Amino acid sequence: MASITLEGLKKTYSGDVQAVKGIDLAIEDGEFVVLVGPSGCGKSTLLRMVAGLETITDGTLKIGDRVVNNLEPAERDIAMVFQNYALYPHMTVYNNLAYGLKNRGFKKAAIEERVRKAAKMLEIEEYLSRKPRNLSGGQRQRVAMGRALVREPAAFLFDEPLSNLDAKLRVQMRVEIKQLQRRLKTTSLYVTHDQLEAMTLGDRLVVLNGGRIEQVGTPMEIYARPASMFVAGFIGSPAMNMVPIEYLSSHGAGELLADLPARTDIIGIRPDDMRLTPPATPHLVVESTLELYEAAGAESHLYVRLSESDQPTVIRVSGQPPVKEGETLRFYVAREALHPFNGDTGKRTG
Amino acid sequence: MQTKRSTYQNRWLPFFLLAPQLIITLVFFIWPASQAVKSSFERTDAFGFNTTFVGLANYTRVLADPSYLNALGRTAIFSVSVTLLSMSLALLMAVCVNRVLKSAKFYTTLLVWPYAVAPVVAGVLWWFLFNPTIGLLPHLLDWFGIHWNHRVSGSQAMILITIAAAWKQISYNFLFFLAGLQSVPHSLIEAAAIDGATPFKRFWSIVFPLLSPTTFFLLIININYVMFDTFGVIDATTGGGPGQATMTLVYKVYTDGVAGLNIGSSSAQSVLLMAIVIVLTFIQFRYVERRVNY
Repeated sequence: MASITLEGLKKTYSGDVQAVKGIDLAIEDGEFVVLVGPSGCGKSTLLRMVAGLETITDGTLKIGDRVVNNLEPAERDIAMVFQNYALYPHMTVYNNLAYGLKNRGFKKAAIEERVRKAAKMLEIEEYLSRKPRNLSGGQRQRVAMGRALVREPAAFLFDEPLSNLDAKLRVQMRVEIKQLQRRLKTTSLYVTHDQLEAMTLGDRLVVLNGGRIEQVGTPMEIYARPASMFVAGFIGSPAMNMVPIEYLSSHGAGELLADLPARTDIIGIRPDDMRLTPPATPHLVVESTLELYEAAGAESHLYVRLSESDQPTVIRVSGQPPVKEGETLRFYVAREALHPFNGDTGKRTG
Repeated sequence: MQTKRSTYQNRWLPFFLLAPQLIITLVFFIWPASQAVKSSFERTDAFGFNTTFVGLANYTRVLADPSYLNALGRTAIFSVSVTLLSMSLALLMAVCVNRVLKSAKFYTTLLVWPYAVAPVVAGVLWWFLFNPTIGLLPHLLDWFGIHWNHRVSGSQAMILITIAAAWKQISYNFLFFLAGLQSVPHSLIEAAAIDGATPFKRFWSIVFPLLSPTTFFLLIININYVMFDTFGVIDATTGGGPGQATMTLVYKVYTDGVAGLNIGSSSAQSVLLMAIVIVLTFIQFRYVERRVNY
């Protein structure tokens, strides 16, 4: 068990391509931190730098109190779960789990004990003598997890481990990973592009964009108070609506918006915060034509168009809408549900 | 499995379309092979006028002939050493090329060149390099106190044909090993690195086992190559000599049949050679292939 500290971590590839542009992050002992961002944001590169699979161009990486910048992956006391599981196809499940221990000179009896223990924890005992090709996707995933935890490393690194599973299995494994980490209390760093996975798994999220950190915080902190338009758009589904402030003020909301910081020119509103009944607190009232109605079972998505923007605005309500497509829809947004942004910097203004 | 079935209006059309391939196979393979089998049971006099059926006499005589049995042992040594030498060097080179990123294509092109060289030319090339009078290598070997003359020393002649035959096959093995190495997922090697395996251990415990289908395939190809296709190399360098020192089975077929005009014995030998290769390949498929599948 150990903390992981990243100080000014940079990665530059030949030809001056900067994949990671200076990351400062302190992961506490036993914490589950999720790196989340769109593809190409540098999250996998960052994870691979922590693992030792990519060299560190600049900055300091510490695991525990040791600076590990120049240590081999094996010397960093970490274990990694790969996206494609990377199980050794010619070895049985037992040998897949035992390989790392054998390389570290464990005694046969100790290896046996640890492998059995890990297999029991993951409920893969009956598959120990099988080869990976005779396992289902979910079972392979468990073996990959087993290979990581059998070594009892200082930290787990996960590189999009669930993205090869079907939707149902993904939810199941997500819960299991979370429970397992709670039980073992091993420091974990988890990479994903799936915001739902990030929200549900992490103690803290690190939202990355273009090789930089956009925001760090607990899932609810980030959801409730996104630091930038990028984070606001990335976390939460459907994504937060962005409405120009002129549109709202010219549609009778001027007074309410007057106390917002001066540089605010875009207002973000979550689809759930647009209500069909007026709240008790100060609120906006907006009317627009219902363009499209999507029924998604327990909830429905209503598409309206505010301003001339090409992006339709999404409203999420439970049940069915009171009006038909083509009719005028009136909805209400509480004053505290408005997220003020500056369109030029993309940052939150207040 | 469902297969596609084509129907033709004219029932002779499919046969007509297949004819070129069938004719080539019949004329250039089935017919000569059956002639060889036929004449292995016959004895022809020196002028070719009389041919008599002698049953298995050619076979019993060949198998009782010490020079044939010597050639058999020699061929075994020759094929094992050529296969080992060319496959291990090819693997080493493939591993090296697989590590370089920028110039891998350039090296690959260079390393494939020997394959385009005709066996006789390859033989002549090494014959020049090792020529006791004008060759470069005997001159260099002299400094180490080795006196090189493959015209006199049987073991040196054997080394010469082994090197020449292996050199030619390296390219082929190299290409397959390189392709095999490139299909080993990189994440497996990374996982092994995290699992604490040294680069040496990573290669032998992860990469090499994953290459086993390639290795197995090359093993069969190489043994077939040594058994049959090394004729040109031997003919251009040692001609089976000195004495019988480099007389392999395929070269003996030629010497006895074409030079010695003993068609019956030569045919029996070639049938035996074919049988040996078939048996070897069968054994390999039967016992080795089971272990290479994962």
